[in-house]
This record gives sequence, structure tokens and C-alpha cells, in this order.
Amino acid sequence: MMPDLGKYAEAVLSSYAVSILLILVLVVLSVRRSRKVKAQLDDIETRRKHHGQG
Amino acid sequence: MNLNALWEYANPLKFMRTTERALPYFAVAAVVCLVTGLVWGFFFTPDDFRQGSTVKIFYIHVPSAMMAINIWVMMLITSLVWIVRRHHVSALAARAAAPIGAVMTVIALATGAIWGQPMWGTWWAWDPRLTSFLILFLFYLGYIALWEAIEDDDTAADLTAVLCLVGSVFAILSRYAVNFWNQGLHQGASLSLDKQENVADVFWYPALVSIAGFVLLFIALVIIRTNTEIRARRMRALLARERLG
Repeated sequence: MMPDLGKYAEAVLSSYAVSILLILVLVVLSVRRSRKVKAQLDDIETRRKHHGQG
Repeated sequence: MNLNALWEYANPLKFMRTTERALPYFAVAAVVCLVTGLVWGFFFTPDDFRQGSTVKIFYIHVPSAMMAINIWVMMLITSLVWIVRRHHVSALAARAAAPIGAVMTVIALATGAIWGQPMWGTWWAWDPRLTSFLILFLFYLGYIALWEAIEDDDTAADLTAVLCLVGSVFAILSRYAVNFWNQGLHQGASLSLDKQENVADVFWYPALVSIAGFVLLFIALVIIRTNTEIRARRMRALLARERLG
């Protein structure tokens, strides 16, 4: 299944590894920050509602 | 089509409601296209007669380089919308896109260097395209840093919009450097709408799917990040109101 990459195996594999890793880090950080900010905003809005500041 | 209807999306709530409905479709399509394009390119395409198996780097390098330039162009357009019409969503969309563009530039630079070592015999050369790409990366970093450094959102949006206008020169140079200066190591564009100049179909089709995957990934990420920025801005406004009593 694995193609024969010959003498360039290291270059090809490291290109894919670096790129996929960077993309995954970007996706994970974006989703994590999105959830965090959403939760923080929900907290603030709930607190304001309870204090009648709507 | 009524183009004026587009301005309805300047309303943050309308923008968030619409984009959050569309997000799952973009995310699934991005994963499908990326996996298909990269698996197809890596496992099921032949080696190039000159480049050998390093041609497989093409399926990552070309889409990421295209995205690095085009994301800056998107930031330019949204920055102009901010300058002219003062819509916060457009300024926040530019802010949200910048880290994605920076990562795409790093991927393009890294894969280019890894490819260049066996093909050119060097990781790096002060070639017009490589150099303008490095400067574009520095502009991305400067743009992100400027947003972080300024507390007032509107001032930050103004100043980063100006920086974006200046950086556009390098985005354009990155794209056309090979045509402007007929020197350096980097070859001309690999992809062309002219069939005679374009790469062979066996490389072109998986590259096309991979490019679609990168574009869809960008759309999905920019939706997530813009909505985060909109929420963060609202949060800062509410906290400021609380502080004022």
C-alpha cells in the first residue's frame, strides 16, 4: 500500500507530517478558543440577567 | 441577485446564525476533500520523471501557497469594507483570518524548503518569490501582533486595515515575483488554465481536490474564528459596561 518514495522518502514524509500537524494544531486551537469564549460570554450574560441588567 | 442583501450580514447576530448553520457542511466537505486529495496524491499518483517522489509535496505546497496569498486578499477586501462602511464583522473577519494565513504561509515555506533541499541543493535562497513570501509571513505576524497590542477594537481595526493595505504589495509580489523578475530558483506557476502549460492531468485532478479542501478548511475555520471574535468583542463591551457601573 505504501508507495516507494525512494531516496526522497524523508523529504516527502516530513512535508506531510509538518503540514498535517500544523493544520491540526490550528483547528484544535480555534475550536478550543471558540468553546472557551462562548462559555465565558454565556456566564456573563447569565450573570447580567440575574442582576436585571439584560 | 440583490447585492445589497449582503449588507444584512453586517449584523453580527444574523452573520452568526447563518454561518453557524452552514459550518457543519463546510467542515465535512473540507475533511472529505482534504483526505481525498492528499490520499489520492500521496498513494495513487506516479512519480515525476525529474522530481521523483518529491512531486507529492506539490499537493500540499501549492494549495497552502495559494491560500497564503488569497487569505491576505480576503483580509484586504474585508479591511476596505471596514474602512469604508465601518462594519465590525468585516474587521473581525480579517482578524480571524490572519492566523490561518500565517499557518498557510509557514506550511508553504516549510514544504518549499524541504522540497528545495534535494531539488535545488539548498533549503533556502534569496529568490524573489521566496523572499516576498517570507516578508508576507512577517506581515502576517505584524498584523496579528498589532491587533493584540491595541486595546480599543476600533483603533486596532483602523491601524491593522492600513497595515493590510501596505502588506498587499507583498501578497501581490509573492504571486507575481516569478513573472516580474526573471531570475531566482523558483519556477513559474505550476497550474494554468492553459492546458498546454498546466501540469499533466494525473497530477492536476488530485491537486484540484486538495485545493478545494484547503479553501473549504479556510472557510470553516474563518467562520469559527470570526464568530469567536464577535463573541469576544461583545464580552469586552459587557465587561467595560460593568466596570463603569
